[in-house]
Amino acid sequence: MSSAPVGEIVQFDNVGLRYESSREVLTDISFTLFPGSFYFLTGASGAGKTSLLRLLYLAQRPSRGVVRMFGTDTITLPRDRLPLLRRRLGVVFQDFRLVSHLSAFDNVALPLRVAGVAESELVQPVRDMLEWVGLADRMAARPATLSGGEQQRVAIARAVIGRPQLLVADEPTGNVDPDMALKLLRLFEAMNRLGTTVVVATHDAHLLRQVPDSLIMRLDRGRLSDPTGALRYPPRRAAGPV
Amino acid sequence: MSEPDPNGLGRLSEQPAVSDALPDDPSGVSGTQTARRARRAEIVPQDRLQGPIPWVIAIMVGLMVIAAAGALALRNTGQTAASDLAGGITVQIVEARPEVRARLAARAAEVLRRQPGVSEVAIVPPGELAALVEPWLGRVDGAPDDPAGADSGLPVPALIDARLAGPADPARLAALGAALRAEVPAARVDAQSTWLTPVFGAIESLTWLALALIVLLGLATGAAVLLAARTALGNNRATIEIVHLLGGTDAQIAGIFQRATALDAAGGSLAGFAAAWIVVSLLGRTFAALQAGLVTGGALGWGDWALLGLIPLAAVALATLTARWTVMRALKGML
Repeated sequence: MSSAPVGEIVQFDNVGLRYESSREVLTDISFTLFPGSFYFLTGASGAGKTSLLRLLYLAQRPSRGVVRMFGTDTITLPRDRLPLLRRRLGVVFQDFRLVSHLSAFDNVALPLRVAGVAESELVQPVRDMLEWVGLADRMAARPATLSGGEQQRVAIARAVIGRPQLLVADEPTGNVDPDMALKLLRLFEAMNRLGTTVVVATHDAHLLRQVPDSLIMRLDRGRLSDPTGALRYPPRRAAGPV
Repeated sequence: MSEPDPNGLGRLSEQPAVSDALPDDPSGVSGTQTARRARRAEIVPQDRLQGPIPWVIAIMVGLMVIAAAGALALRNTGQTAASDLAGGITVQIVEARPEVRARLAARAAEVLRRQPGVSEVAIVPPGELAALVEPWLGRVDGAPDDPAGADSGLPVPALIDARLAGPADPARLAALGAALRAEVPAARVDAQSTWLTPVFGAIESLTWLALALIVLLGLATGAAVLLAARTALGNNRATIEIVHLLGGTDAQIAGIFQRATALDAAGGSLAGFAAAWIVVSLLGRTFAALQAGLVTGGALGWGDWALLGLIPLAAVALATLTARWTVMRALKGML
């Protein structure tokens, strides 16, 4: 197991991804994510945003290239060691993927239970988290009884409850109105201020202007546009209190 | 509806990151621990005793217990009969003339009593012998209403029932035969157990048949659990993927299914065993009422019931392991 230089959260080097015998959906992807950074991943539909995110949240291994996360080469890492890395990630899925038979509280508590946090120790943090996303009065509600915006906030709360080092969100504002989208973005910024590296996939140009310090990762037909090299060799910035 | 409060981060920032509290080994959190926590909020919905599996297992366990009880009863019958007949020998005096036959029988009995290791010797009374064979042969020589020596019926050999201190093995039989024939040439010696050799063979065959049935039923139970686990896995694939992506290990996810299957199997096994116990007890009483030595010798003892009690335990273990194997195998297909 080789290690990336200290301080890098993610490093992609000449990564390619191909599903079975089709053409590559991602080609020669190289970038580095540093702690405490905020990234927007943009591109047209079919550009490969979701595929790149799947590589980031370890749902997929690339067909070629090198992917290092938290200093660990994930290509050579044995499969049974991947859960440890996944617990350092937070993921907001485009379709929320809430567990339908669990309450909002239990959905948010799920990552903590999976990580083995004692039941007595998770109650208060989950309540605080639901309060934080404005769902203090909806803790017992099942996903089917929540609105789209509420479901989205439960999904975000579940993604950040474990204080992940890397937060990956796939079109997190796609199902909510502009006001709510902005509010959700403020939640991501708040997490970012706590030191979490955030990657938000979106095609909403208006949203990009809301986070001035963010870096843009633009995908075009499976290739990452990086004319200045800022994604591959980004200017270092101070890490937050992760 | 409340609004998100991005500024209310004070308490959250004091909270340690999950990854800070994690062991290096992701398997440090066991499936059992996760399953225990999942009890309060079941990660995989479990409609206990609603699906077919508990009932399939109940039927399988019931049939296995009945088959095993039959095998044990047959074994007991064989052992009791073999033990009863182990040291028994029968001496026949083949002589047509009743008065000579009676004299030779008395002399042969005397010879037997002199032999070392012969513990009991008794001449079977002619009347008892005649009554025994009358249903098949009709009136025979020596019938109660036909005094010995009248020679008014079919002649039957005189019989001497003797019991040895040890088993009636071929060497012992040969020695006794030689001693008898030296003084009573018409004497023939047989071990009583040899007459039941075909019966013992049949009992052994039936015992093997019962064991084969138990194995087949066990395999069928495993197959049923395998199919049920696959179905449950398919129905809950989305949830499993989420738990997997949140950092759940294969052992944790398998543990959840394993626990659900174990509970279902335990309920089914208990019901199946109880039903089989009632059936076997009723059958036992029916056979005991026959008052037939060979049949009542097959009664089940506490040791037998203890052995039968292992069947539901084995069924639970089999179902649990099958569920675990199925889920682990399916999870290997995910990254």
